[in-house]
Amino acid sequence: MLLVFRGFNPMSSRTDPRRFKALSRRELLKLTPIVALGSFAIAGLQKPLLKAGLDFSDWASAKLFRSGHLAPTFRDSDLTPFDRFPINDYDLDDPGVDFDEWTLTVSGAVQKPGDYTLDQIQALPKLTQNTRHVCVEGWDVIGQFGGVRLSDFLEMIGSDPTARFISLECADDYYESLDMATAMHPQSLLCYEMYGHPLTREHGAPLRLQIPTKIGYKQAKYLTDIKVGHVLEKIGYWEDQGYSEFYGL
Amino acid sequence: MATRTMTIEDAKAGEVTHAVYEHPFLVRLCHWLNAVSLFVMVGSGLQIFRAFPSFGSKIPQKNLLDWPKALALGGWLGGALQWHLTFMWIYILTGLVYVGYQVFTGNYRQVLFVRRDVPGVWPMVRHYFFFGPKPPVREAYNPLQKYSYTSAIGLGMLSVLTGLAIWKPVQFSWLAWLMGGFHLARLWHFLIMWAMLSFVFGHLVMVVLHGWQNFASMLTGWKKDSGYGSE
Repeated sequence: MLLVFRGFNPMSSRTDPRRFKALSRRELLKLTPIVALGSFAIAGLQKPLLKAGLDFSDWASAKLFRSGHLAPTFRDSDLTPFDRFPINDYDLDDPGVDFDEWTLTVSGAVQKPGDYTLDQIQALPKLTQNTRHVCVEGWDVIGQFGGVRLSDFLEMIGSDPTARFISLECADDYYESLDMATAMHPQSLLCYEMYGHPLTREHGAPLRLQIPTKIGYKQAKYLTDIKVGHVLEKIGYWEDQGYSEFYGL
Repeated sequence: MATRTMTIEDAKAGEVTHAVYEHPFLVRLCHWLNAVSLFVMVGSGLQIFRAFPSFGSKIPQKNLLDWPKALALGGWLGGALQWHLTFMWIYILTGLVYVGYQVFTGNYRQVLFVRRDVPGVWPMVRHYFFFGPKPPVREAYNPLQKYSYTSAIGLGMLSVLTGLAIWKPVQFSWLAWLMGGFHLARLWHFLIMWAMLSFVFGHLVMVVLHGWQNFASMLTGWKKDSGYGSE
């Protein structure tokens, strides 16, 4: 880099109006690549282009994700009061789960498929954490969540270590999926407690996801089925309508 | 690289005009791509804001303003996020290329606002807003212009950094922490947008006031009758 003051040391040349016009036109035409942005305004192209943009952002998000990097945790005094922790349901507050009959059905690339009771899940080491819940709408709260590590549960069911995704079904017909790196994150929970009490029905009893490295719509409630797999047949209730698939925080 | 100038001799009319090559190709390209992406970022950003038009708590929710849907882009939150997460790459890339090019060529010196420009700001403000005398033109950009453009670049960088803190408050937790946490980062992101829009407003007013030759120079690079730089 030159560090001389350039001031006015003109490189001057002479021309006539006609040649100057041609020169100007040539310079203007160099900007035509900008017109390519207009393709976003064409109805048939807009959707695939935005899909490509979102996919690129998801790809970058997965690259930015670090397995060992922990989400910030907070003191109890930072907690949002329980009654001010929002309940975002997509059609109903309570799908009427029968707690006595409830099991988590495991299938897919696992050694021990079958139905797991809440007692079996709760026998795994318990983890309680105060973490931030961020909604895609823009609001955020800090909640206290108790549960077992999803990674511990995956180990218990003999999950195939080469599997890439887990898919989850919910009692309210909501569904979700997670990339395996996120599922194995040490703060990713199968959550059965909030604020020291068993999950209430509005918050997804008896079992929900609590993934502090993911956006709110990934925190599926009322879990009923979990499937380990290499490919995804469907991504998630909101994702399949156009939301980001990865949305890692 | 010295300033390129051109002397245009119209033999028939017997006129001589001077022109200066003010805006290199990459600067013009980045300017327009960035302008389009800024427009998309603001439009889609306001649609995203409509999903939760508040900076307080969710319960109880007090809305700050009811931004009209007609002045937003994307139709719904998911659509707006697609626009936002697509055009942010163009916004960032054109910003990086512009700044990189300015630094590499040394051209940043004609536009970067530095301490010696400070005394010249007030005379320009007096000229533009209070009908004061026009200070003599010595450089491509006057001190007030330098201040504006440097601010715009600074705001552009802050808009990206605050956006990153909102998009990735875990992976960039240190960035969110610097901004007072996710919650405040979202507020800064919003306020920076308005600061940027006030720059754009002032910029557009100046473009209109300075006429066609000035505007054309951002398209062709060449500005006729610049009033400086000629022999």
